[in-house]
Amino acid sequence: MSQTIRIAPLTRIEGHAALDIHLDQDGDVSEARMTVMSLRGFEKFVVGRPVEEVPRIVTRICGICPWQHHLASTKAAEACLGVTPTPTATKLRELCQMLATIPDKILHFYFLAAPDFVLGPDSDPAGRNVVGLVGAAPELARKAALMRYKTQMGLEKFAGKVIHPVAVLVGGFSKPLMEEDRRELTALAQEALAFSLESVKLAREQIFPKYLKLFQELGEYPSAYLGLVNPDDGAMALYDGIFRLMDQDGSYDEFPASDYLAHLAEKVEPWSYLKFPYMRKSGRLVMDEKAPVGVYRTNCLARVNVCEGISTPQAHGELEIFRREFGRPAHQAFLYHWARLIELVHCCERALELLADPEIMGRDIRTQPIAPRAGEGVGCVEAPRGSLIYHLKTDHEGMVTAANLLAGTTHNNAGMNLSLKQAAKTAIRGGVYDQGLLNTVEMCVRAYDP
Amino acid sequence: MVTIAEEWLNSCSGCEIALLNLGETLLDLLPDLSFVHIPVLADNKYYGQTGERSALEIPKAQVGIISGGVRNEEHLEVLHVMRKQTDILVALGTCATEGGIPALANLTSTASMREMVYRGQPSTVPGPDPDTEAHHLPRMLERCDALHQHVAVDLSIPGCPPHPDWIAEAIGALLAGRAPKLPSRSVCDGCPTYRTGKSSSPALHRLLDQPAYDADQGLDAMQCLLEQGFMCLGPVTRRGCGGRTGSPRCISARVPCRGCYGRISAHTMPMVDYVGALTSVGQNFAAMPDKQGYLSRFDGSEAILKKLED
Repeated sequence: MSQTIRIAPLTRIEGHAALDIHLDQDGDVSEARMTVMSLRGFEKFVVGRPVEEVPRIVTRICGICPWQHHLASTKAAEACLGVTPTPTATKLRELCQMLATIPDKILHFYFLAAPDFVLGPDSDPAGRNVVGLVGAAPELARKAALMRYKTQMGLEKFAGKVIHPVAVLVGGFSKPLMEEDRRELTALAQEALAFSLESVKLAREQIFPKYLKLFQELGEYPSAYLGLVNPDDGAMALYDGIFRLMDQDGSYDEFPASDYLAHLAEKVEPWSYLKFPYMRKSGRLVMDEKAPVGVYRTNCLARVNVCEGISTPQAHGELEIFRREFGRPAHQAFLYHWARLIELVHCCERALELLADPEIMGRDIRTQPIAPRAGEGVGCVEAPRGSLIYHLKTDHEGMVTAANLLAGTTHNNAGMNLSLKQAAKTAIRGGVYDQGLLNTVEMCVRAYDP
Repeated sequence: MVTIAEEWLNSCSGCEIALLNLGETLLDLLPDLSFVHIPVLADNKYYGQTGERSALEIPKAQVGIISGGVRNEEHLEVLHVMRKQTDILVALGTCATEGGIPALANLTSTASMREMVYRGQPSTVPGPDPDTEAHHLPRMLERCDALHQHVAVDLSIPGCPPHPDWIAEAIGALLAGRAPKLPSRSVCDGCPTYRTGKSSSPALHRLLDQPAYDADQGLDAMQCLLEQGFMCLGPVTRRGCGGRTGSPRCISARVPCRGCYGRISAHTMPMVDYVGALTSVGQNFAAMPDKQGYLSRFDGSEAILKKLED
């Protein structure tokens, strides 16, 4: 008799989802899906609000990456109003993005993912968490916890509020960076860089080799990848750049965020509240793990795949090690973890570069005056979970009349579903499964950091 | 040892990050706490670890902590199970206490929201909409509610997110068996900016304009942002965002308050009280744009939001 296994909630991820595995009468997997359980509808209720208030509302889409929502929506609002932020403000924003990304990556790797690696995918689920990690590797866990905490507090001290930030304003930034802030944040970023280099070395030498084999057995599939790059040299770009949409064979299209509609489309499926973006040129989306059509992925693995290199030296060195091992583009979902740590190194290095730039200490933090007007604009940044696109329209009073949003996890919806379907089909046969196998399937979703 | 079950409903995970932002305090508290259920950090499953049960279960715990409001049938089910399984139920964060920003959805109908998201977007190719009859998807409710509108709540910790000081105070009080001391006055009560008693601006400013201040001087050398004509919601918002000793966080960033700690008490009405606050600095409430979007931004489950369409 056929049956459905529902694993809910998906745990150690940053959202609300369930895993449904359908077994046929032989106990083999006929279908496996990640169902996103709710719709909050921010796109609907920002309509009617003053456009400059959108960056203070959409932060609540994600308490883990509120800075990226704050930034991308501000850029879209500025495009509507025809405003360009000052050079100092642009650097302050990028600095905040780098500093906000560091604790996010530490959180994901150590708090959410590492319990599987250190304690084992099939260890007792009651202890397979950060408390268990503290028990198994107390020094490492404490160090990671404190590093995450210190970067959060350092950013909060400068920007006033770190969770659901308020410092980015249409036209600029709310306050200048003072010498004392610069000194403290520099010391912090140096400490974070040392920790990041230790982390990537530890993972590369002691953790990844074992799990790469496991995940190879669970399967991989080729897809396209989306990420921002620097228009001049194709280097990885997190704060600003043009989109590169790279196909399975490494060929690519480039386009500015404002052209996103020509390249990306979204499908609605009756079994999830979350939509499924796909490549418009494919004409359709087919989530068949053997012959996928239209599937592209985003987030850190996509970014290391699409870029020509990384502008900071230590992260670039790590990218070269990665490319020697896995080529380009690399397709295995588990490699998201590896790519995430490369980006962690880059964010620390880039924060230090920005802090050493004299222009960041400028007092010209905001373009004034700014007048409301009718307009339309697209803003984007790279968020930890992938490319984040805001598309806003305003009326002559600067009130929002339309809003469309493609967030990181949404871009990866099809990709995550394919990975878990492939893993479930490989791991579960003849109706035989246990909590360890199911957790291994869940690890495929966790790699994407949804 | 206190057992804790934690859940997040119509939420963003900011409250959970605020919990982690207890930092070393949390590490020190950990030996006294046992989390029996917390989806963001640990693997306990509603239907058993292999999906073997048909009913949603959460283990018993002395303390239940819930962030997020109630927006769909699964949230409601989880809320009722949490109430039944825990002795003390804590609403953590403004979404849980007053709906929070997601309760701005109460300005609109669920049907029109779904219509826009699944059929009305330029990137979306309409297909069969999410179908709660044919698939295991929770039905959306017509409104976004706070927890107390459905079950008895023993302790409310507002904030978007709550400052870690208040989370620590609440946990410490629960461990010690005493009532926690949480802030109860307005943001203005703890705001260091100076006031002259009259407005320095002839008209209200939106945040398109820039407040005046000297970056080389402290917050106490900055004139009250409401007096400067900015729509600061400090007068109608509960204080506490800066923790025990800090200044209000938005003021620290040199921007006006937007009300994220919710109403000062359950008996106040920001929409009415703000008329007086603006009048006191010589501003005209009638000139304020998008009143609901400012004054009910965080308490949409409590305010009677007028539906603006359909």
